[in-house]
Amino acid sequence: MLSLLRSPEPTFRHLLIGDWLTIIFSAVITAGLFLTLWSHELASKIQIRVGDKIQATYDLNQQRDITVHGAIGDAVIHINQGKVRFSKSPCHNQYCVHQGWLTHSGQVAICLPNQISLELIGAKKPYDSLNY
Amino acid sequence: MQIQTNIDDHRIAKLAAFAIALHMIEAVVPSPLPGVKPGIANIVTLYVLLQYDFATAAWVSILRVFASSLLLGQFMSPAFALSLSGALLSLGMLWAAQHLPRRYFSAVSLSILAAFAHIAGQLIVVRLWLIPHASVAYLIPVFAVAALFFGFINGLITAKLLYSKTQSSAANQSVDNPP
Repeated sequence: MLSLLRSPEPTFRHLLIGDWLTIIFSAVITAGLFLTLWSHELASKIQIRVGDKIQATYDLNQQRDITVHGAIGDAVIHINQGKVRFSKSPCHNQYCVHQGWLTHSGQVAICLPNQISLELIGAKKPYDSLNY
Repeated sequence: MQIQTNIDDHRIAKLAAFAIALHMIEAVVPSPLPGVKPGIANIVTLYVLLQYDFATAAWVSILRVFASSLLLGQFMSPAFALSLSGALLSLGMLWAAQHLPRRYFSAVSLSILAAFAHIAGQLIVVRLWLIPHASVAYLIPVFAVAALFFGFINGLITAKLLYSKTQSSAANQSVDNPP
């Protein structure tokens, strides 16, 4: 067992052409499993919360700016045909703005200083990460 | 009462004891996610399959599952069911995969295939009995990555063991019969 650790150099020499094929095949299967089982559907609605109450729910199939009054000022939320982002926020770090576009149901953007959060909702709600 | 044993039985017992020891070592190692384990005892199964034959490997694997669960106090528990279903499916996969041409497929291929069969067997038990809910599907990619990684590592170790075995037997032969 120890000799295995002492001589690592010829390790990969044992791999034959079929082994590489097996590895590639398995890796493709694994990647496919991730894509099929971990992908969420596209969102259709956005829910805006201020503090602990739901402020409003909008359809994502439109193009508009929404101004929301938060705890420290006005934030602008931009909806653009199926995706949404914070485009302006009065907060110091601007984490919410830098998070960028949200597209899939279950995705969440939270602005803690301003106490505003966005949650995307699909046809069926997959998993409530905010309330859980 | 005395049971007649032959040399094959002794060999199976010796190899199974080695597999059980590896299983015990692994049982103490903590795992980041329940169910994700390196499965180092499978190195013995694979080594036996390639060094001897499928029947010996099957004996060693099944004996290891039963004896280890008895030692750990898990006999007939969910952990035992997971271990047994995984071992049975990976044995089935090895039975099919042993016919792959050895020129192109080494122990690494067999190990990866057996590891995938192992998690498949475990996930079937989890889905049908332990957690009968569709959300089990979320776990599959994680287990697949673990199977690929640990199957690869175990296969490499087996290939090296077999290689060093042929090297040492070749060295012994040259000592026995000097040119």
